[in-house]
Amino acid sequence: MTQEVATPELADSEPADNELQAQRAALKSEYKELAWQGLWKNNPGLVQLLGLCPLLAVTATVTNALGLGLATLLVLIGSNATVSLIRHWVPKEIRIPIFVLIIAAFVTCVQLLMNAFTYGLYQALGIFLPLIVTNCAIIGRAEAYASKNPLAQASFDGLMMGIGFMLILVVLGAIREVLGQGTLFDGIELLLGDWASGLRIQVLNLDNQFLLAILPPGAFIAMGFLIAIKNAIDSKIAERQPKPEEKAIERVRVNFDAS
Amino acid sequence: MRKAIEKNARILALFAIACTATVGLVNELTKGKIARQEQAQLLKTLHDIIDPEIVNNDLYQSCLLVTDELLGNNEPHTVYLAKHDEKPVAAAITTTAPDGYSGNIELIVALNYDGTVSGVRTLKHQETPGLGDKVEIKKSDWITSFTDKLVTADNQHQWAVSKDGGMFDQFTGATITPRAVVKAVKNTALYFQQHKAELFSRTDSCRENL
Repeated sequence: MTQEVATPELADSEPADNELQAQRAALKSEYKELAWQGLWKNNPGLVQLLGLCPLLAVTATVTNALGLGLATLLVLIGSNATVSLIRHWVPKEIRIPIFVLIIAAFVTCVQLLMNAFTYGLYQALGIFLPLIVTNCAIIGRAEAYASKNPLAQASFDGLMMGIGFMLILVVLGAIREVLGQGTLFDGIELLLGDWASGLRIQVLNLDNQFLLAILPPGAFIAMGFLIAIKNAIDSKIAERQPKPEEKAIERVRVNFDAS
Repeated sequence: MRKAIEKNARILALFAIACTATVGLVNELTKGKIARQEQAQLLKTLHDIIDPEIVNNDLYQSCLLVTDELLGNNEPHTVYLAKHDEKPVAAAITTTAPDGYSGNIELIVALNYDGTVSGVRTLKHQETPGLGDKVEIKKSDWITSFTDKLVTADNQHQWAVSKDGGMFDQFTGATITPRAVVKAVKNTALYFQQHKAELFSRTDSCRENL
């Protein structure tokens, strides 16, 4: 702004530059907003509570959680990107069947690839891999965001939402695995190959498995605590932020009698 | 109106074709790898329960399909024949324990030619995690307690969990699962003793049907 005043002779090129800068700034803030929405504020696992079925069913160990999280992430990026690419050609009456087709195709591809390259994990995840199709987080993002925004933003949105979902899966998996079996990263070599078998950590030595943590009810309870923690943090942040000062409304005394 | 419907149908069809083509392509690319993975997994299990040192035939190829009441149900089960220089050594039989706590338990039972159990592994089950899932080798070595056991006419009553007066432990909190597994292994061993000569003289292979 100060430049404008100092060099008036450049005034002609200024508006275009400014516009570009403004555009770039807007884009940057949009990416920031997308990341913030996906990872925290609108996290598909914690806030939108989408995809609860896989979230609760497969998070008995970190490995399973990470495997399903990665698969969902891949599908989410792929479907968001494709939906965004084709958004101008799809009539809005038939958009939902087309989104479902695209998502199903991506899930099947990911499933085949996992079957080929991470066979043990594919066996462990079982039915929950094909069930990614029914994860509402995916069609939700396709409908709410990807179908209205350009490729780059849509892919980025998929990435952030996917990472947000995966983080919750992994945290939940870690809690349940430590409480249930006393280990971390048990069976990680199924996902990452033999070199990773050294990652396994024995955190606690349990004589007996803590059943509640392993069974789905344990997942519900752990999930409840995670949501509670998130809400607590949110309200702390809100408290700390300086409240916009309430403007005291000055009452105008209208007291006719006194005068 | 009609035009719109036609246009939408065309677009839908195009997308369906494109998606199917993509899936088909990926399937074509991964098919071989998946088959190899399945084969490797199967061979690993087979080598766990039949000592690979004493076998020198291709276990994966020499298999039969059999159906018998003693194998749990009337589905066809696979038998892998292990030979050393064409002499029968052992066989691995897939079997079903139909009375698990939640659904069928799929097992593979390897038997030496003299009838003793060479090893047992659980292939698939839906037993309660933490209780019944101790039939998995990953969770507990209980399944190895069958090794070297022999079913004879006299000791059939011993083929039961200790709660029923048998020689196999049950797990804390789960009796139904081990009971089902013990019964399935016993029946498979009996089946093998009755049919072993016939099995090793068969020349067909289950791979031909594929």
